[in-house]
Amino acid sequence: MDAVTSNFDLFLKGFGYTLFLFLISGLLSLVLGTLLVACRVGPVAVLRWAGGWYVTLVRSTPLVVVFAFFQFAAPMLGIRFGWVDVHIGAFDFTSFFAIAVVALTLYTSCFVCEALRSGVNAVPLGQAEAARAIGLTFGGTMSQVILPQAFRASVPPLASVLIALIKNTSVAFIFGVGEAVAQMRIMTNNHSSERTTIFLAYAAGYILIVFVFSFLANRLERHWRVA
Amino acid sequence: MSASVLFDSPGPRTVARHRAYSVVAAVLIVVAVAWAVKGFYDHGQFAYDKWEAFTTPSYVQALLVDGLLQTLLMAVLAIAGALVMGTVLGLGKLSDHRWVRWPAAAIVEFFRATPVLLLMIFIWYALGIKEDSSGFLAVVFALTLYNGSVLAEVLRAGINAVPKGQSEAAYAIGMRKSQVMSIVLVPQAVKIMFPAMIAQCIVALKDTALGAAVLAPGLMRVGKAIYTELHNQVPTMAVVALLYIVVNLLLLWLATWAQKKYVGEKKLQVAMVGTMDTGRGV
Amino acid sequence: MRLRKTKAVIAACGLTLAMAACGNAGSGDKGKEVAGKDVKCSDFTGRAAEICKAGKITIGVKFDQPGLGFKSATSDTPTGFDVEVAKILASDLGIDSKDIKWEETISDNREPFLQQGKVDLVLASYSITPDRRKVVGQAGPYMVTGQQLLVPADSKVKDISDLKGKEVCSVTGSTSIDKINEKGAKGVGFESYSECVQKVLDGTVSAMSTDGTILAGFAAQNEGQLKVVGDPFSEERIGVGYSKKATGMCDFINKSLTAAFDDGTWAKAFEKTLGPSGVDTPTPPTLDPCQS
Repeated sequence: MDAVTSNFDLFLKGFGYTLFLFLISGLLSLVLGTLLVACRVGPVAVLRWAGGWYVTLVRSTPLVVVFAFFQFAAPMLGIRFGWVDVHIGAFDFTSFFAIAVVALTLYTSCFVCEALRSGVNAVPLGQAEAARAIGLTFGGTMSQVILPQAFRASVPPLASVLIALIKNTSVAFIFGVGEAVAQMRIMTNNHSSERTTIFLAYAAGYILIVFVFSFLANRLERHWRVA
Repeated sequence: MSASVLFDSPGPRTVARHRAYSVVAAVLIVVAVAWAVKGFYDHGQFAYDKWEAFTTPSYVQALLVDGLLQTLLMAVLAIAGALVMGTVLGLGKLSDHRWVRWPAAAIVEFFRATPVLLLMIFIWYALGIKEDSSGFLAVVFALTLYNGSVLAEVLRAGINAVPKGQSEAAYAIGMRKSQVMSIVLVPQAVKIMFPAMIAQCIVALKDTALGAAVLAPGLMRVGKAIYTELHNQVPTMAVVALLYIVVNLLLLWLATWAQKKYVGEKKLQVAMVGTMDTGRGV
Repeated sequence: MRLRKTKAVIAACGLTLAMAACGNAGSGDKGKEVAGKDVKCSDFTGRAAEICKAGKITIGVKFDQPGLGFKSATSDTPTGFDVEVAKILASDLGIDSKDIKWEETISDNREPFLQQGKVDLVLASYSITPDRRKVVGQAGPYMVTGQQLLVPADSKVKDISDLKGKEVCSVTGSTSIDKINEKGAKGVGFESYSECVQKVLDGTVSAMSTDGTILAGFAAQNEGQLKVVGDPFSEERIGVGYSKKATGMCDFINKSLTAAFDDGTWAKAFEKTLGPSGVDTPTPPTLDPCQS
């Protein structure tokens, strides 16, 4: 336990990055996922088709490949993140962090889209019919009637998607972000005799984050449950 | 609910508007794709020598044999292991005995809440003893533990999804619990679970790519070796991604087919991680 | 039925096309075989004698560093300077290079591999440091370089002091990255240097830093786009790693390296591997005496 307690600041810093990655890409993928689902259930055929293929393709690609694309191929298209240079306290948010956020967001938003779509499908038919009957347009039907209910119905699948995101932030370590797994690897290298304790400590960190999030999601779901 | 009930069947003006939207959207998509193609072209990414490796037999063989085959092998072994582990833990979670139920639940929650990459790295270090292909084994074990836990939850959800009358009827005609499980519930649950199981195969297959971090073989590793030698990152990445996508699309298609054939519209309610849900279905 | 026939025709055409368009990528350089010398195993002591008798050895090298240790996707054996030195050592134990088992090591698994006995020797641009010597044995150095900077050709950076607070790329778990942080820059890391080169080329990071020899190779490969700058701000002494439990190893390695320095095989190995990328062959370094 010595290795972890004596380097507790590094331990916290690692999970700090993990949480930042989670919160930022989580929020962005909720936004992007909502846009995607609007495309996928909307009236414009081209968008339905494009949204469908986008989701299918990105969902079938391993996250590592998505990361690698933005790290090594996107610069060829002039997509660079060198301009990202923010420092808050001990945390540096630079191109590496930005690339991690972009990759995680694009990947996760596809799953958010699917979760929301299952939510849209769970809204009773009568709701949409009633909305149309009182003269709401597609935009109005979606934003005032369907999506609010769909969000409620999709809290459990959305929470699962976001929990997967918490765990997926660990992939950022392969691409130069000093998040929890990166810190764990440094720590196990410097204190190889305490490998198991270090591993359990980091696993416990993730489990704590996942459980807290899951607890909140459960509360939300009970609070919002559609009768 | 199908998409069509979200909007009225459009009148002439709306049809015109939608057509306008379609044109704008199509143009935007085409422009974006063209811009990407031009970007790659300007950087010489379409030059033959960048792609030559993928028409050279030795590289194609490396990609398919050392890459794809190893990736598939790892995924298949992991899924096989996960099925065994998932069955044991899933039935454990459904046990009448608290001392079986709780440990099973704890194991499931632990592995579902821990990142696979972390498991892989740990197992890799732990295995490192005089063993060939410890990277390969680390990937297989880590994916077995993770997917096994997920499948345990899927199994439980599947058994819970079998109508209650089935088990009640089975008990009523005097079956024991083990008989109710093996004769009545599990066979029906497997049918319901099938799509979710295939979906989990896709997850496992994609996660094998993480093995690159622990020197495991597979597509990602071969891809890296190729672009390190030939400096053709973009073509290599495209080919590697394409291979993953093709295999995954086949699996996805299988899952959709199975959903239609065996399950219909019914959705499986798999509990979220961290809920410590030990409710019994029987 | 007609549809099936059409499909068959298309498939046959595709196959023919694929056969006709066979490319020929890659250099096909497989490295040269080095035969084991005629030695008496009784000349060695401890573990060195055991390996000699067994007639086979496992050596950890890098697989992803062109010029030092690199294995092509299409080849069974790695190539590079580290690999050539490893072949010299094996040959002095009477082992043919085809009997060497090559194991891939990355920067942060070298100590565990040695400690667990997964490899007998590590030659993976492995800098000698007091910290590492606490856990594993390190003989040599067989190469001494200094850490320098690789920057875009039009960069104004002259020295590491120009990069305070900026991101500098290097390899995770290497000594270079620690040095970068010491000097006030921010080390960010990948698993291999070629990935860093890519990031410098596309302008995401302003510089990368590691041993000058490695950098010179990359600069030569990307002439006109990259340059090496700055005085060496550290001395990297690249050595051979072995397990602390392997007795007799250090004496053997030093003897073998001294012979290779003297008879020119060391210089030849350097010219063959790092020479083509434009690095001049240096004078052989002075070896550390073996600690008992």
